[in-house]
Amino acid sequence: LLLRLSFEQHRIHAVPLEFLSALVGGRLAFFLIVGFHTAVLSGLLGFCPAFFIWLERKVSARIQDRLGPTRVGGRFGWAQSLADGIKLIQKEDLAPAASDRAMFQIAPYIVVAAAFSSLMVLPFTRGVVAVPSELGAFLILAILSPGVVGVVLAGYASGSKWSLFGAMREAAQMVSYEIPLALAMLVPLLTVGSLDFMQVVELQAGFAGMQWLVFANPFNFLAFIVFLTVSLASVKRAPFDLAEAESELVAGFLTEYSGIRWSYFFLAEYTHMFTVSAIAVLLFLGGWWTGLGIETWLDPVGPGDGWSVVTLLLAFLGLGVFLLKCSLLVILQMLIRWTLPRLRIDQVMTTCLKYLLPISCVLLLGAATWPLVLASLTGRTTLIGPPLGDTIKRPAAQLRAKLKPDIPAVVNSRAHELAPQTLQVGGVR
Amino acid sequence: MGSLQIEAILFYILASIAVGGALAVVLSQHVVRMAAGLVVCLGAVAGLFMLLHADFLGAAQLMIYVGGTIVILIFGVMLTSGALVGRVNASPGEMLGALGLGGLFFALMVFTVGAVDWEAVAARQPISPRDADLALDRLQTSETSNDNQAQAKADRAQTLAERSAGRSTRPLGISLLGMRHETDKLAGGKVTAGTGYLLPFEIISMHLLVVLIGAAYLARAKQKVKPNEQLTMTGGYSHGH
Repeated sequence: LLLRLSFEQHRIHAVPLEFLSALVGGRLAFFLIVGFHTAVLSGLLGFCPAFFIWLERKVSARIQDRLGPTRVGGRFGWAQSLADGIKLIQKEDLAPAASDRAMFQIAPYIVVAAAFSSLMVLPFTRGVVAVPSELGAFLILAILSPGVVGVVLAGYASGSKWSLFGAMREAAQMVSYEIPLALAMLVPLLTVGSLDFMQVVELQAGFAGMQWLVFANPFNFLAFIVFLTVSLASVKRAPFDLAEAESELVAGFLTEYSGIRWSYFFLAEYTHMFTVSAIAVLLFLGGWWTGLGIETWLDPVGPGDGWSVVTLLLAFLGLGVFLLKCSLLVILQMLIRWTLPRLRIDQVMTTCLKYLLPISCVLLLGAATWPLVLASLTGRTTLIGPPLGDTIKRPAAQLRAKLKPDIPAVVNSRAHELAPQTLQVGGVR
Repeated sequence: MGSLQIEAILFYILASIAVGGALAVVLSQHVVRMAAGLVVCLGAVAGLFMLLHADFLGAAQLMIYVGGTIVILIFGVMLTSGALVGRVNASPGEMLGALGLGGLFFALMVFTVGAVDWEAVAARQPISPRDADLALDRLQTSETSNDNQAQAKADRAQTLAERSAGRSTRPLGISLLGMRHETDKLAGGKVTAGTGYLLPFEIISMHLLVVLIGAAYLARAKQKVKPNEQLTMTGGYSHGH
């Protein structure tokens, strides 16, 4: 399976690359492709925050029985973020006299770089990802983690007590919340037996969302709730916005920032919100699948063997569905922010270390034993729907069988025997 | 080819960033700046790993070392927060010792790098991931592959494709469980089960757990110091071993 999916990924890249190579030459085609990916992702880095900041203004206004922005750019004030952006760029770029100037100026870039790079490994629709990686889920965690360095540096370099307090809180929060975040992500990954986002989502195709990993077993469902909670903390939004805490710390680590550098932090925050929601969608909510099963019915092959018109249309449909699901989760984050009061720092730490951490450990153990227990009791590895492994196609094994016809394919492939999902698939059928 | 040149350019960029970060660590006298330099250096090294298609190693480098540096940063800030400029002034003796240690380490590195037969290494990984995949594709499409030579070719192409495309996670996971890919290859493809990397990994994590518990105990015992309690602490520590 791995072999085939990776083939698919490379073909997807190879198709436009080969086309362009024939047109303009190899080197230029390579740069064009890379430039296109970069442009799209930077566009997303700009568009995501602009849209979500506008949305947040509207959502918070509605919750507080206000109208929010109504004038800039027509009835709904949709150009408000654009106006904000122009205002922020015009502002003077200040640094306090007590600050560590170089560090103060570098810090926002670290935060933005982490948020931006995380978009690289996110697949946006079937077969479309800037950097296909076998360990996407691990990689995205690893890419997001240095963002905290920027916040701590910002807080320290500002030379202000408010900022320092905010940064220290952020550091303490991040160091502890990273563990339940990773564990909650591990639970669905364990069900699938892969770290590759492409593959994780590929297995969630099917009718009525039954194959979505939230519904795969009760532990996944609980892990989804844990993940949502922890992801709120990891994007430092209320009720976990201790690092900024307007009512206590002025603006926390942001206190001394102004103008464009200040807005970089917000670019990063809203992009981070999107990224975290995207991870939740990919790992739990079926990624780009509508949950109606029409995609596999219309196009059973997928984009692996080159793009057809149907595949292309379905890819756009998938993109829309994916972005819609992500936006819904972002709206959920907004609703939570404008509904719940902020926790105290000791409550934040208690929530994480005394509750979320043990809960996620138990969920991990449960998810590991669930298919085995279920198999021994009922003879199947899943309660509803076909076993997850049934949707796996095995061209790798077929390829081997073709290359070495005298040896049975299953015996021949060692990786196959050891793969976690084959334990579920091969064990009980 | 073009891709090789691009890789070379990327290598030089990342390498110079890493060296710049390392120089910032050594030359700066400011704890926080040192930590920031360390982050830059370690991040660039992670980039180098990625460039060498060792993406698991790269991700782990980012996760563990950059994360670890955050902790250093926090300690740096907390321990020097009295005066916001925590300067580190080394005495001449310390400088001499550091120079000596650095020189020894440099000699060790030179010796280690010199001991590797780079020509053989370069010959072992000659192709880019794309070429490897193309080779695999060609093998896949060619139907006439029944003889041993073709099998060996297919295996080699697959290994190369896996290695060059950075698909190191699966072999790593399997090695962790005791099936060592590379030793099996040397033994003529025979599958042998051993302890793999799991046992050393567990031993290390047990040590870390012991250290963690010890640190937590030390931090707690500071409040109410009793000599017997400290004795129990050391007892617990050695017992953990």
